[in-house]
Amino acid sequence: MQTTQQYVWSSATQNSTQDSNSIYTIAKKSCIICNSCRYCEGLCAVFPAMERFREFSDKDMDYLANLCHQCSECFYDCQYAPPHEFHVSIPTQFAQIRKESYKDHVFPSFLGKVFDKNAIFSTSVLVIVLFLGFVLSSMIGDSNGLTLTQDGNFYTIIPYNYMVGVFSATGILAVLAILIGCMRYAKTINVPKISFSVFIQTLKDVATLRYLGGHNSEGCTYPHAERSNIRRFFHHFTAYGFVFCFIATISAAIYTHFLGLHAPHPLFSLPKTFGLVGGILLCIGVSGLFVLKLKADKVIKDSVSIGMDYMLLCMLFIVSASGLVLMCFKTSSLLTPLLWFHLSCVLAFFVIIPYSKFVHLFYRFLALLKYNAEEEL
Amino acid sequence: MQTREFDIIVIGGGNAALCAAISAKEKNTNFKVAILESSPREWRGGNSQHTRNLRSMHDAPTDVLTDAYSEDEFFNDVFKVTKGQTNEEYARFVISHTPQAVEFAKKHGVRFQPSMRGTLHLGRTNAFFLGGGKSLVNAYFHCAERLGINIFYEHEALDLVFEGKSCKEVLVLDKKTNTQLNLKAKAFVVASGGFESNLQWLEEAWGEKARNFLIRGTRFNQGKMLKALQKSKAKIIGDPTQGHMVAIDARTPGYDGGIASRVDCVSLGIVVNKYAQRFYDEGEDFWPKRYAIWGRLVANEEDQIAYSITDSKVQKCYMPSLFTPIVAQTIQELAEKIGLDKAALQQTIEEYNASVIDGKFNHTIQDDCHTKGLKIEKTHWALRLDTPPFYCYPLRPGVTFTYMGVKVDKSARVYADDDSLFENLFAAGEIMAGNILTQGYVAGFGMSIGTVFGRLAGENAANVIL
Repeated sequence: MQTTQQYVWSSATQNSTQDSNSIYTIAKKSCIICNSCRYCEGLCAVFPAMERFREFSDKDMDYLANLCHQCSECFYDCQYAPPHEFHVSIPTQFAQIRKESYKDHVFPSFLGKVFDKNAIFSTSVLVIVLFLGFVLSSMIGDSNGLTLTQDGNFYTIIPYNYMVGVFSATGILAVLAILIGCMRYAKTINVPKISFSVFIQTLKDVATLRYLGGHNSEGCTYPHAERSNIRRFFHHFTAYGFVFCFIATISAAIYTHFLGLHAPHPLFSLPKTFGLVGGILLCIGVSGLFVLKLKADKVIKDSVSIGMDYMLLCMLFIVSASGLVLMCFKTSSLLTPLLWFHLSCVLAFFVIIPYSKFVHLFYRFLALLKYNAEEEL
Repeated sequence: MQTREFDIIVIGGGNAALCAAISAKEKNTNFKVAILESSPREWRGGNSQHTRNLRSMHDAPTDVLTDAYSEDEFFNDVFKVTKGQTNEEYARFVISHTPQAVEFAKKHGVRFQPSMRGTLHLGRTNAFFLGGGKSLVNAYFHCAERLGINIFYEHEALDLVFEGKSCKEVLVLDKKTNTQLNLKAKAFVVASGGFESNLQWLEEAWGEKARNFLIRGTRFNQGKMLKALQKSKAKIIGDPTQGHMVAIDARTPGYDGGIASRVDCVSLGIVVNKYAQRFYDEGEDFWPKRYAIWGRLVANEEDQIAYSITDSKVQKCYMPSLFTPIVAQTIQELAEKIGLDKAALQQTIEEYNASVIDGKFNHTIQDDCHTKGLKIEKTHWALRLDTPPFYCYPLRPGVTFTYMGVKVDKSARVYADDDSLFENLFAAGEIMAGNILTQGYVAGFGMSIGTVFGRLAGENAANVIL
């Protein structure tokens, strides 16, 4: 008699219309177990958010998964984690769902597929194509562009119009793609009306990486069961390094277009200072995160989505490192190929942003917005 | 056969064992202290990994407990649920030491939830472990490693060797290599839990019924040390049928179902046995106060199976459960799905429905919805089962822990059956909890006993050799 027998977990399917092996089905099963246990309710935002549900739809899972920062505390604390047959593993299961949620909301979705299936190949091709583009445009030259002869001026190598043209086009497309993706995701998880204080709170949670700090900022159990703040530390280096580089780029554009100040800029100018500091921060942060990922306990690593993480880290490293190298070799004969390479990488990076792990920032922000709004009520 | 020597050997790997080992080591960091955990590393911690909180008295609000909870109130709570089967002297002894137990836990890396949050509203009486019992176990193991305590996983203590009243060595099975070894020490702490995972022993005590019992906790509490102590003429207290048994979902795995196997809707509907007959007042009291007696009730029904049946009206009144309920649109269909006699179930429910006296339903208080005229009345929360779909959770007895153990004094030293004390043998945790209470249970008291007596056992074991 079925009802008096113990459950056979491997063959358990609640919903026949759904693939029993789909990560959503598996993760939902874990959530039901979590909800009947609730020992983790004090750990992070995920568990109080989970308690609001009795049943879980795919959309609910998209929301919960993006609240998770994969600190892995709940895995080590879980009495039902493998080898227990309930096989509750929120960090790895949610990592896979996050990847699915990026894929499902990305715009345009065909590009998402291109960069999902053959990320390394597609990105390499992209870099090569862009590289050739720069080479070609330099060879043809551009008589309408600025032609300054000063040493170290990039526009003597790559025509101004070409540079501005490709960068603006890429930038606009990237922003558009991210915006549409985010709007789709916000709609899926149904972000409620946001008050100003919730917005500020969320901004703070994101900017301080509150949920990578674990309980009372004592750190999290990553890369292994011994708690530390090392991951948060490297992530801050990466995130703020990126912000610095971004400021450098924007300020350089303003200098050129509006102030008539052309590169190379002096060391203590906005573009140079932010670029240099940001580049160094990025290199350190990204390398740190990379090593932590390599070293991480295999039980908290999700093999399905981790490729995406490595890809982003590599890209960030190449972009920032090539920028720093460029700065060092400004007056050497290597300048020209280095410049082509760096610019191709930066451009390629902007192209793949909407289809990369980079979007976790936006998805997590939106999920936290929803969480903070619901907590406020 | 290998022989190794230590100063103190602690048998067991749960809360009590860890508290003992850490306390002993901290008495003198030069001591060689060993922990023998019979499970592999990933299953370490015995039943402690399934616990959630520690009950603690306190005179004023603390960071982890609200309001105040006096020794007297604490004792009265224990006295009530045990129907007086409490050793007042020992219970008060434990209770008065609980504030130090919380401090000890905090000092050694155990984290508690801030007192203002908690689903069971026990923030006043119980301090909740942040992340649950496994988090506590991990914290203590980290601490033990840092202190340089030798931890042996998959080392099962089989027997104790005595010379007079002094324990000399422990016979250990290394399960990884399947070899036996003798470990010598100057003092021993037995904190290896009860025997509830030993199905054969349960069957000796309960008869064939035990074949249908589920074990809510670890599979490693085989009671080998209890047997060894019995054989070595330690003073045994309690009988093997005493323990904590609750009604849990019948579909739960045989071991380690833990908290999630809980079924919370019993008091909101009716419960029938395999003949589709009711057998006890489901609405006698709130479920958290009654779930412990339902284990025994179900154990005494034929085939140790029962079915909790509710309808859709009360669906939102209880916590979601690990297993999806069995759902049916009619009573007939439900009977068919769970394999009960259709006519009998129909009749039971019709009679019940006809006897319900309407009241003002409120599941958060003892309301006035009851039945009148039934052989077994339902005294609260009696609503007609008339709104499909109907839901059913099958129930089985789930054994949490056993009370039979060894008698100890207030320094955790084990008594021999001639009422003298062993010189260097101490006990802590489940294996001596029967000194304090022998029936019933209040949430979180096991962890209080384990921590208080674990520390005492460790410190006094250290004192023996200092």
